Amino acid sequence: MKLKQLLSVLNGVAITLLFASPAFAEGGGIPDTRADWNELWHEVLVDITVIGVVFIAAAIYMLIRFKATSPEQVGTAKRLSTANAIGWALIPAALFMADDLYLAAKGWTVWGHQRTVPENAMEVKVTGYQWYWEFEYEDGTTTEELKVPVGTPVVLRMTSDDVIHSFGLPYYRLTEDVMPGRITYIWFNPNVAVETLVTCREFCGNSHSEMTTVVEAIAPAEFEKWLAEEGAEG
Amino acid sequence: MSTATTSHDQEAFNLKEWIFTTDHKRIGILYLIGSMAAFAVAGMMALMIRLEQAQIGAQFIETGTDYNEWLYFHGAVMILAFLIPGLTGFAANYFLPLMIGAADVAFPRINAFSIWLFYFAIVLALLSVVVPDTPDIMWTGYPPYSITTEANTSFYVFTVHLLGFSSILGAVNFLVTVIYMRAPGMGWNQLNIFVWTTLAAFILQLVFIPVLASAVTLLLFDKYLGTHFFDPTAGGDVLLYQNLFWFYSHPAVYVIFLPAVGIMFEVIATMAKNQIFNYKVCVYGGIGGIVAIGGEVWIHHLYVTGMPDWLRIGMMISTLLISVPVGLVVMSLWGTLWRAAITYNLAMMHAVAMLYLIMVGGLTGIPLAMTSLTVHLSETSFIHAHFHFIMGLFSTYGVFAAVYYWFPKMTGRMADTAMAKVGFWFNFIGINVTFWPLFIIGPQGMPRRYWNYEMFPQFENYHVVATVGAFLTAIGIAIMIIGWIKSAISGEIAPANPWNSKSLEWTHAANPPGPGNFLTPVTVADDWTPYDYNK
Repeated sequence: MKLKQLLSVLNGVAITLLFASPAFAEGGGIPDTRADWNELWHEVLVDITVIGVVFIAAAIYMLIRFKATSPEQVGTAKRLSTANAIGWALIPAALFMADDLYLAAKGWTVWGHQRTVPENAMEVKVTGYQWYWEFEYEDGTTTEELKVPVGTPVVLRMTSDDVIHSFGLPYYRLTEDVMPGRITYIWFNPNVAVETLVTCREFCGNSHSEMTTVVEAIAPAEFEKWLAEEGAEG
Repeated sequence: MSTATTSHDQEAFNLKEWIFTTDHKRIGILYLIGSMAAFAVAGMMALMIRLEQAQIGAQFIETGTDYNEWLYFHGAVMILAFLIPGLTGFAANYFLPLMIGAADVAFPRINAFSIWLFYFAIVLALLSVVVPDTPDIMWTGYPPYSITTEANTSFYVFTVHLLGFSSILGAVNFLVTVIYMRAPGMGWNQLNIFVWTTLAAFILQLVFIPVLASAVTLLLFDKYLGTHFFDPTAGGDVLLYQNLFWFYSHPAVYVIFLPAVGIMFEVIATMAKNQIFNYKVCVYGGIGGIVAIGGEVWIHHLYVTGMPDWLRIGMMISTLLISVPVGLVVMSLWGTLWRAAITYNLAMMHAVAMLYLIMVGGLTGIPLAMTSLTVHLSETSFIHAHFHFIMGLFSTYGVFAAVYYWFPKMTGRMADTAMAKVGFWFNFIGINVTFWPLFIIGPQGMPRRYWNYEMFPQFENYHVVATVGAFLTAIGIAIMIIGWIKSAISGEIAPANPWNSKSLEWTHAANPPGPGNFLTPVTVADDWTPYDYNK
């Protein structure tokens, strides 16, 4: 019981911090998590490329510059004084930690967008089966492909009927596992009309790599018509 | 150097003596042979996987399950039967007692029992290819799939049990050896870095293996005895397994990574003729820090399983903070090159390649540490390329560097040949040609563990390139292994201390050392270090 209380307090703190984070101060509009992901990815790529290039360039320089000229030659590095040794520990550690915390803060902001479902979101239930997907709309209509109206955020409440699958939406930069006995969610913002893929991202057996379908964002009027037709068929 | 010590070389080959040996050096060689055999078979499997993926559509397989069986075998055997025993079995067994001036390990018979268990495990792992219903459960064995599948999950469970038991015995043995059997006068700050990294790896093994053993045992009970630990329809939970599994298996990455780092330090300090830069910070801050934080990051393997937000954010921060101790180790590696006097040879070429592998592999871990990026990168070929760089390639190069560096010690002969250099370049170019395309197509959506990617026709050319790379690597490795065998039989006779190393295994023992290792007991002076080059 105590552990449960502690966990719920921690969760409360996390959520409070989440909502206090700058992401929610911006106000207005539904976040575009695809654009968020792309921007964060780009920043992290620049960050790690700079670090990698600096270190590899330094290594190449030293590997060439300090090549031995005779077999008897030895290195001339001096033993570090205590002050130097501490400096060479604390300064790099502080730099690495600063970069870590900077990235963590950025990541946390995007996380806030990714996990906070907009209020007006349309809910679709997703069930994973070996090896296909089933979607159930709010009116009870079930389909094997996902069509959504452009402009309305969509939240997927997901579970599995057999083994673990993972609902991968590469275009919307999202994945979340789909498990028996548990319900998970993701939400995405279909802000342009586009047809994209759903792939299974957790190994689920023989036809794992064929467990795909499409998600199509279409005009709202067209969506209403389609849903009514599907409902009538079902 | 005295040659008066009795050497195994002078005796005729006697199979029975090898099987029943309790000599840590022979046990080390047995680990090397066993793990390289596993590596060869699992490597062939990798080539088949790459051939299957080279073009869209089925090339060789009849059903997806065939492909899944290859993936299972490649992953499980590479990690359990090659990487862990290749480093903590072969390298630690042969060289750790020599480095600390000990005559053998603390419990030689337990050591012999460990190698027996290891061979039983390898036989079991290799048999899993030929039994009906070969396991197709991936090396992670996630339930419920591993329970509902027709396949023989028990082979996986028993392989893990045998290797785990073998590793725990090894861990106890080596911890006692390092604590109690150091040469008189050898303080903690005079140990080789390889001894430290091995010690760290064995501490992790001892603490975490029982958790893995419990996870797979519950799996066995669920599948064959009708229990429901992981069955949600009867109150079980599928994520319990993943938590237990990664609670061990993330630290296991460091069990593989750390000894390879140690080997890298030995080779670089010796070939650069320099002391280790900032030794104490590297050991206590770097290696100690990895051990301390390594157990608190496992949720990053469960970023997309609906874990609570506070846990995902918390472990994002702890995972990113791993870069601090790893960064300190990297500073020491780079610092050791400063004002060095570097000689290049096969061991050093592999160690230099490892400088590159640790950078690429480590830095590509940073986006994966971020839960907000992993919601898309999860289970793509980006992850596949990342862990091949940092775990697969980095540590494999560690084993290869160790073999070239200590080849004269083990055989009395040199393995540095012109052909070996050709092999190295095939291998090094091959790995880059294989894995860079996978880094590129991963963020574009290419999933892992897909033989059929017809929904992504734009990736076919990348897969062709990756397949070519895999074959370049295979050619390089074949050249290398043939070279080892040739050199062991008829290579150039090595000088007593070919690299002018200051480490005890080179300064005080014959090539190869006989029973008991040293002619006279070794003692070291207060100011001795194994990296005493700058005088």
